[in-house]
Amino acid sequence: MDIYKELNGILAIWYREIKVFLREKSRIVASIVNPILWLLVFGGGLGSSVSIPGVNYQSFIFPGILTQAVLFSSVFFGVYIVWDRKIDFLKEVLVAPISRTSIFMGKIIGGATDSMVQSIILLLIGLLLSRVGLISGLNITAFSLFAALIILFLSTCAFVSVGLIIGSQMESPEGFQLISSFLIFPLFFLSGALFPINNLPAWLTPLTLADPLTYSVDALRSVLLNVSHFRFIFDVGVLAGFTVLVIIIGTYAFKKMKV
Amino acid sequence: MAIIETEDLTKEYDGLIAVNKLNLKVEEGEIFGLLGPNGAGKSTTLLMLTTIVRPTSGTARVNGFDVVHQPDHVRRSIGIVFQDPSSDDTLTAYENLKLHGMLYNMPKDLREKRIKEVLELVDLTDRKDDLVKQYSGGMRRRLELGRGLMHHPKIVFLDEPTLGLDPQSRENIWHYVEKLSKEERISVIITTHYMDEADKLCNRLAIIDKGRIVASDSPEMLKKVIGGDVINIKIKYPDLEKIKKLDFVKKITEKNGIVSLAVTDANKHLAQILQVIGNVDSVELRSPTLDDVFLLWKVSPQRDESAEGGWAEKIVNYRSKK
Repeated sequence: MDIYKELNGILAIWYREIKVFLREKSRIVASIVNPILWLLVFGGGLGSSVSIPGVNYQSFIFPGILTQAVLFSSVFFGVYIVWDRKIDFLKEVLVAPISRTSIFMGKIIGGATDSMVQSIILLLIGLLLSRVGLISGLNITAFSLFAALIILFLSTCAFVSVGLIIGSQMESPEGFQLISSFLIFPLFFLSGALFPINNLPAWLTPLTLADPLTYSVDALRSVLLNVSHFRFIFDVGVLAGFTVLVIIIGTYAFKKMKV
Repeated sequence: MAIIETEDLTKEYDGLIAVNKLNLKVEEGEIFGLLGPNGAGKSTTLLMLTTIVRPTSGTARVNGFDVVHQPDHVRRSIGIVFQDPSSDDTLTAYENLKLHGMLYNMPKDLREKRIKEVLELVDLTDRKDDLVKQYSGGMRRRLELGRGLMHHPKIVFLDEPTLGLDPQSRENIWHYVEKLSKEERISVIITTHYMDEADKLCNRLAIIDKGRIVASDSPEMLKKVIGGDVINIKIKYPDLEKIKKLDFVKKITEKNGIVSLAVTDANKHLAQILQVIGNVDSVELRSPTLDDVFLLWKVSPQRDESAEGGWAEKIVNYRSKK
């Protein structure tokens, strides 16, 4: 295999995803506005009557909202492969002399770039909100921001893969929407994005522990709030393991993908 | 040397045979047509020849390379214009071409040079920075044709290249295809179900039905099989017995009150035919077309079900098998 050729292929796919992302301004705006609504309206409303020992509720859910934003935009990125299939653009890419693994990698990097742009903007907004005193208790330093971005990057790579796995099997955007909603909402609600996971009812705990998003949320809390349920290194380990696993599955799904 | 050669090429989808032991040979520099009704196996054949779909059995060599074992070599030898739009309409024409050049690993200088060349070839130079969204169907097809040529392929595949285009755009596309074949010596494979298109463009063609080739030759030779000119006569009570006795009538078919005759030197013999056949409502005399060839091979020009089949169709087929 010619490495240089494959890298060029990955770059080509990435180039296209970035161009499309930058042209669809509404996508960027929507991906920023929704999390802010969650944070301010949901967080502010519920936070006025719910208290979590040691942290302000809005600060507490800030890592959860970041993860949610990444989860949604990453998984939904998979729908673009369904659109590519609806026209014959997917075939144009598949007949190019590059491997399907490279096509998959290019797609992941493309989707991850979208999510990272979104994450950076949201982190900056978080920084701004805590400066003006709307939310308090965030531990925002150069290091914590950097660590948060690494965690978000791992998460987006994992969930873009999940989205692409679904997309590689679906023929209609509606079908994709249906399947991904069934997946996204349980992942989000079970992750402890909106509540602490140390005092849950017995039936809920195993479900929470099985949700990979739990570890992403927990790791983010440990860098941005200095509170966490598990040890940071354990969170990152589980997250990285999950990311590798879905990338392997995704590569396989792309190899077997029908046109 | 044959630029494309298949041997018993076969594709099965869950028990449905889309392409059945196809043996095809295309010479270098030819414009070769694959004709057939929808679902005859044209597209599947194309997908196999372009390495997108793996054959169930049989072999195919494209530009001397095996489609299963040397897909990268095959891919570099071919350019394709797909049936549905395959350019990204949120990008400009230039960006679509740049993307193509990157996918084919062209160095920047070469890429820019080729982009310029193909834009000129398909007359889109002054629109190169417009979003493809703003293009008409014909312009978009031209862009995709240009893109398919950008990496200088030896063979170009055109899947229904003029489907849904207006007459002017069709003429345009034909013009480019002929230019390619003459000036660049590129071999062209076209699938179409427009008979006039096949007649005008192709040096040779194969009619496929139900995954098999039923006839293969030049358009002229295929039309000769008809045995002469075609006379269609609308008549209520034809005297076919008397017609059968005329030795210049090569073939008689009757359908929906219309009698079709294949006749040698029809101009000369028309009067004689009208004398014996009875009370005629109307008469049409014309040279044979590929449509007649199609009908001769009992290939229905339109069939809606695709051989690939959706899941609902598979269930129906499964149940009817039981």
